[in-house]
Amino acid sequence: MAWKAIDRVNAPAEESPSLSEPLKEKIRGFFDRYPTKRAVLIPALHMIQDDHGYVGWKAMEEVAELLEITPSDVFDTVSFYSHFWTHPKGEKVVMACRSISCDLLGADRVLDECKKVLGIGDHETTPDGKYSLMTEECLAACDHGPCLMINEKMHKCVDPANVRKILEDDANDKLDIPRSNLYDGANRTSA
Amino acid sequence: MSEYEKVLLKNVGKPNSRQLATYVEGGGYSGAKRALEHTPDDVIDVVKRANLRGRGGAGFPAGVKWTFLPKDREVTYLCVNADESEPPTFSNRVLMEEDPHQLLEGILIAGYATQATVAYLYMRAEFTEQYHIMQKAIDEAYEAGYFGKNILNSGYSLECYIHRGAGAYVCGEETGLIESLEGKRGWPRIKPPFPAIQGAFGKPTVVNNVETLANLPHIVNRGADWFLGIGPEGSSGPKLFCISGAVKKPGCYEGAMDFSVRELIESDRFGGGMRDGLKVKAVMPGGISMGILTADELDMKMDFSDPAKYGLLGLGTASAIVIDDRTDIRQVLRNVARFFAHESCGQCTQCREGTSWMYKMTNRVERGLGRMQDIELLGEIPAKMGMMPGLSICGLSDGAAFAISTIVEKFRSELEDYVRNENDDAVRIALEIAN
Repeated sequence: MAWKAIDRVNAPAEESPSLSEPLKEKIRGFFDRYPTKRAVLIPALHMIQDDHGYVGWKAMEEVAELLEITPSDVFDTVSFYSHFWTHPKGEKVVMACRSISCDLLGADRVLDECKKVLGIGDHETTPDGKYSLMTEECLAACDHGPCLMINEKMHKCVDPANVRKILEDDANDKLDIPRSNLYDGANRTSA
Repeated sequence: MSEYEKVLLKNVGKPNSRQLATYVEGGGYSGAKRALEHTPDDVIDVVKRANLRGRGGAGFPAGVKWTFLPKDREVTYLCVNADESEPPTFSNRVLMEEDPHQLLEGILIAGYATQATVAYLYMRAEFTEQYHIMQKAIDEAYEAGYFGKNILNSGYSLECYIHRGAGAYVCGEETGLIESLEGKRGWPRIKPPFPAIQGAFGKPTVVNNVETLANLPHIVNRGADWFLGIGPEGSSGPKLFCISGAVKKPGCYEGAMDFSVRELIESDRFGGGMRDGLKVKAVMPGGISMGILTADELDMKMDFSDPAKYGLLGLGTASAIVIDDRTDIRQVLRNVARFFAHESCGQCTQCREGTSWMYKMTNRVERGLGRMQDIELLGEIPAKMGMMPGLSICGLSDGAAFAISTIVEKFRSELEDYVRNENDDAVRIALEIAN
């Protein structure tokens, strides 16, 4: 069997959003917090993901230039952390806890119900781009297991029977407290 | 179990406990003011005399840790470890959610004692609501002059920033945290050099846990003798305990370290007994890394010295998961093995391969395809990984080893029974796994 080679030189560049000027400015605003520019990388990636919904290849190259490191340094970091995604996910990311406390309290039934209601599997996205589903290790709310996180909002003591209701609620990712404006995703500057 | 007056959680449940005004009204920031009137060495001295042992898991005395900093240093960084990822621990969440200023006061005191110039609060990414709460509290504290230049006219300056992680258990290890702070993958470093000599950005660094720092205002205010008067010798001071699983009142509670696991489960002050008439089958009393206790070992005291007598790694985070008698021990074993296989950072071969290998075996055992040699191996592999046999960079593999080896050791006969009783579906499942 012959190996099929990928022509990376002539392949069309994968389309992904660029960093907007306000976003770059926001990233630069973090420079005086750390003695090195590289240390701004993780906050920058959070801001990029908040803005674009994911960290694309182009954003990685551009943030590398901004922080005076190589794109491979950026990818090295991005690929290590489970909370950065390199490809678009749904508008809302549902994270189901599967660690010991939640597991013993029926996390698998909650996850199964999520799969059923959304019609997708673990690490998949619905065709309308609204929801992605993934499993997480301990969310540090074991007294209220099983837990489910939708973007920033934690849903505690989730009963499998209520999963549909939670997922159909439009405000299921809204926090009850005011967000701090540092990583504010509300004012999307691009994408 | 002695009478106990709440210290760390005293503001929990008060209206507006997150606000600066409420905290100051209850005597907040008086410890920091008092500390700033003394020399940094005085503060280190009182913390050392109080023998405040680190609450993050290792139990190393915080005051002693501070004295490792070189005398002629120019820059010092303080890292606050709020990467609470150990299942089933959630005490830092409660502290940050309910009383953020207590932590900030502790940061200020620790910063002053170590003469730190910048404090980085490293929070795990899953702490979203807590992040906004802490950021608001920090803004308030800056406005009131508790952070920034020339704090309360003492001549001391400290900046405080939140640095968010992005989902990695290993970043709770102090050098992993430092690497992550520097914008790299959270790979723990080989020690020495220890962070006190060469930590964040190559400079002397102190890494302390949230709960450790939350104790500081009280130690400065009430003195070392008050602190030593709480709980048994060697395990003094207020402590937070988390309990979850099959109990009536899961939650985060405060007490002295003078009671047993049984009391943690049964007492009305804590777990309130088992729910639905279930019985205790096993307890992991210090977070999963520390190992497991059987129902016959519930007399273990929740302090720093007793867990070792029961074959556990230590007190850990003092967070208990109570496993009831309906639970299949194979489910616990598989879940724990998967956690470590998922979270191993991949630097050290025996941890990266060992944890995945153990997960595959436990998965097999749970599905009824276990072999006797799997159980042998599950006892053998843990003995050959970790810092204790001197084989790995950080303690993650020790955690994996203790969690798995204690389960296999203490529930061996039950596991062997499962393996002996061949599963009728074995061939079908074998094919399923293979495909």
